[in-house]
Formats: sequence, C-alpha cells, structure tokens
Amino acid sequence: MSGHDLSIGYRDRVVGSHLNVQLATGEVLALLGPNGGGKTTLLKTLIGLLPPKAGDIRLGERKLAGLTSRERARLIAYVPQSHAATFAFTVETVVLMGRTAHGGLFGRPTSADRTIAARMLERFGIAHLAERPYTMLSGGERQLTLLARALAQEPQFVVLDEPTSSLDFGNQGRVIRELRALAASGHGVLFTTHDPNHAMAAASRAYLLRKGMRVGEGPVADVLTLEKLSALYGASVRQMIDAATGAAAFLPD
Amino acid sequence: MSRSPLPGLLISFAVLLAGLLLAFTVGRYPVGLGDLIAVLSAKLSGHASSVPAAVETVIWQVRGPRVIAASLVGAALAVAGTTFQGLFRNPLVSPDILGASSGAALGAVLGIYFSLGVFAIQALAFAGGLVAVAMVYAVGSAVAARDPVLVLVLAGVVIGALLGAGVGLIKYLADPYNQLPAMTFWLLGSLASTNPSDLIPLLGPVMIGTLILLALRWRMNVMSLPDEEARALGVSTGPLRIAIIAAATLVTSASVATAGIIGWVGLVVPHIARTLVGPDFGRLIPAAALMGGGFLLLIDTLARTAAQVEIPLGILTAFVGTPFFIWLLAGVSKTWSAP
Repeated sequence: MSGHDLSIGYRDRVVGSHLNVQLATGEVLALLGPNGGGKTTLLKTLIGLLPPKAGDIRLGERKLAGLTSRERARLIAYVPQSHAATFAFTVETVVLMGRTAHGGLFGRPTSADRTIAARMLERFGIAHLAERPYTMLSGGERQLTLLARALAQEPQFVVLDEPTSSLDFGNQGRVIRELRALAASGHGVLFTTHDPNHAMAAASRAYLLRKGMRVGEGPVADVLTLEKLSALYGASVRQMIDAATGAAAFLPD
Repeated sequence: MSRSPLPGLLISFAVLLAGLLLAFTVGRYPVGLGDLIAVLSAKLSGHASSVPAAVETVIWQVRGPRVIAASLVGAALAVAGTTFQGLFRNPLVSPDILGASSGAALGAVLGIYFSLGVFAIQALAFAGGLVAVAMVYAVGSAVAARDPVLVLVLAGVVIGALLGAGVGLIKYLADPYNQLPAMTFWLLGSLASTNPSDLIPLLGPVMIGTLILLALRWRMNVMSLPDEEARALGVSTGPLRIAIIAAATLVTSASVATAGIIGWVGLVVPHIARTLVGPDFGRLIPAAALMGGGFLLLIDTLARTAAQVEIPLGILTAFVGTPFFIWLLAGVSKTWSAP
C-alpha cells in the first residue's frame, strides 16, 4: 500500500500535504503525532474513506480510487476506535459482518462464513463470548471482537485507529501482541497511537506527523528518539533505559 | 445469531392471531368463534356454509376489508419504524422521521380542501409522503457534513415543521362545517371507511417495500453501524441508504394514505419485537410485521367497540403507546446501547 504526494483534508480545508506513505505486508507501521496533526485524516484517506485532495493511493499496481467498496473491503480492514454500539448484536454477528464484502447485495452469511468467523473468535480467544451481546462487553473484549471482524474480511492490510487508547494496561499489552502477530501472519498493519512506547513495542517503523507534515519516518529505533519526540509534540520528554536490556521507554515530562 | 428466534416469532404470531380473532368476533354484531371457523372453512372448501347470511356479510363485507387493512397498516408502520430506527441508529425514530406522514397529511388536507374524491385524496397523500421524503433527502445531501445521518434527521425535523405549518394553513382556510371535520378525522387516523377497493393500493406498495427490505436484511444490519464503519466493511452506504429509505417510505405512505396518521405503532412495536428476537433484521422485520398487524387490530377493535362513536386510532395509539413506551424505556435499555 502506498500513498504518493498526498494532500489530505475535508471538503473545505486541507489538513496536510506532500505526504508519502508506504506500507508493506508483514510489517507494522505506527503513526504518531500531536492531536489535530492529521493522523486520523491520513488514516481515513489511506483506506479510501476520505478522497485525497491530491496525489494517489495504490495497492500494488491498482489505484485505490478505482476499486469498488467491496473490492476495497477485501483488501483493507479498518478497526475504528472502540465505541458503544447502538444495537445489541451478538459478538458472532458482529464478526460475521466482516464477511459482508464477500457476499452479494442480497447475500447472507453462509456456513463457510460462519466457519471463518468461528475461527477468528478462536484465534482471539473470545469464542466463549460468541452469543454475548456486543453492548455488554468490556472495552478489551470489544477491541478483540473488532480485530476478529477485521480478520474475517481476510484482508491484506489492517488499519487501526488508536487501538490501545481506551484499554486497561493488561489489554494494551494484549492488543500490542496481536498487532505483531498480524504482521507475522503476513498482514500489513498500520495504527495510530498517542503512546510512543506502544509504537516501540508493536511497530517496526514509525511515521511522525505534525501539522499535516511528515517530520520523521523510519525504523522505530531511529525515529523514536528523545529529540524527535520532543520536537514532534513540542514538549519535553524523558527517556528511561533498562540497564539490563538497553530497551528505552518514554515519559512525558 | 444461533439463539433461536422461534419463541419470539411465535409470540408475535400469537399477537396477530389474537388480533384477528378479536377483530372478527367482537363488535356491535358479535360473531361466535364457531361461526367464524365455519365461514372460513366453507370458503376454503368451496361449500356453502350453514351460518346465517347476515353473519357471512359481517365477516366478508363489513369486517373483512377492515381487518385486512388494519393488519397491513400495522405491519407496514412497524416495518418502516424498524427500518428507520436501524438506519438512523436511534430508538426514538418513527416512520415519519423523514416527513413521510407530514407530507402525506398535507397531500390529504389539500385533497379535502379542493373537494376531491376519496381516491384522489389517497393518491395525493401517497404522493405527498414521497415528495416530502425526497425533499428531506435533497436538503440532507446538499449540506456538506461529516455525519450524513444526523443531517438527514435534522432536515426531516425542519421540513416536517414546514409541512405541518402548511397543514395548519389549509385547516385555517378550510370550510369549518364541511371540510374541517373531514380533515381532523383523517389526521387522527381511522379505518372506519375502508372498502375492498382500498386494499390493492395498500397491499401492493406494502408488499413491494417489505420484500425489498427483507432482501436487504443483512446489509441493513451493517448499515446500523456508523457510516464509515459500514463503508469500510464494503457497503456502498449512499445508494443503499436511498434504496432503504425509498422502500420504507413507500410502505409508510401507502399506509398513511389508507388510514390517516396513526402514531406510536412504528415507535413502540419495533421495541417489543427487538426484545423478543434481538436486533438482527432477518428476524426482526418478520417479528415486527406480525406484531404490528396484531397490535393495530387490537387497537382498531377497541376503537370500534369502546364507545358509542368510533374513537380515532391516532388517539388510542397515543393513549396506549405513551405509557407503554415509558415502561419500555425503563426496561429494555439493554437492547440498546450499554449504559
């Protein structure tokens, strides 16, 4: 997946311009930046929910704009920020919704779709929740359900908007491990986060976005440094280094 | 998905059956259950029945058309309400959210004002409903917004208010002795004057709209997610929303054209159906249709029999619907969003 010289924004305003983004299958790319810097806009543009103001997005040789929404959904899955759903669909139904793009306009989930959904519930260890209403789940369970739904789309790319933001500490770790596992199983993963430590733990590369401009991109070890993070957020940042392993963690100062 | 919908569907069917039996048997001319069964089985087998001719007339000529109309109108309003609640992700939405009822009302009072025939009044009401929703949709599409659904609902409120002012103006101008009572009667909802010839213009649109919605039932599940999420799952939400609104408006306009304005059915019945069978539209639409038909049959039977004169349906549904809805709000919040 690649975006060339993208200008992003909404109908009446441009949020960012001259952005180039590459995402390969098998890697995790973290998108970091201050609030209002254009992270979510860039994310939505890359997955075709917002049209780019300029530039184009390609999936391999194909232009994203030339795909139907069904074709797109079979290549890219989107995991929105976990939210309170309006209707009490069961967890199984929510995951089955990931199969929508594989059926026709009047299609209903087939037994093959059910098998795939069941496999995804197993994979994320939530098979026991299959009959539970989605509205009754905890935040962590919801995030896992949305991940299962995304994988039920059988996509090449999985794009997540702040997948760790509303989770407790244990579930943050769980989701980070799942992001790495997705890349290990051959998916290209792109996610936004407010926590550089999550980017360090989950991603191989990071992309820093400030005021709609790319201010850094590269392997996490090169990009997530004290200086670059301080410049990115315009705030002083502290770094702690584990004496045994040399692994770094960042704290806002 | 696999939790069986059967008990809920059976309960819905039982409501319809109870409504049918009561509607046929209760009234100024009571019909025994045995006579009803005898007449029905005679009709099915093609033999003449031993029941007095007057009873047959009551069943086929007097109550038959009205019973069919009540079942269809109730089912239509419940299906449309179910659809709009899902599409707009809001429990307080009713079939007239996009102005279908106020458009139909304006069409009908215009027809009465110009002293048109019954059929022309119905046609105008039907057209008024469709035009009102088209206007709402046009306004909603013209406004650039991140949340197209919210804009649609707000446009519906605004256009509905404008059409309501139009209805008020016509009523103000109308002849207070001949036209105003007819308008008031129609605006309050009634099936008292249902003829067999009313059934085809009702049945056709209701069947077509409901079948379209049933065919789209899985997509409608996905459409009840936020717009961007539904699009990311591969649904072309724009065209699909137009198709769903058109189908639900067809169903609503046909029932308003036949029976006038009957509130609350499309608001309350979808809630009950949802508590019985869950939010999956594949089972929710049939359950709501059965229960809506039964509910309006019960209301209409009450309207015929409770007092010396017929009570307008809209008044009864409001009396029954309001407390019921308050009770529902307290009890069924679990089928909506988590607290």
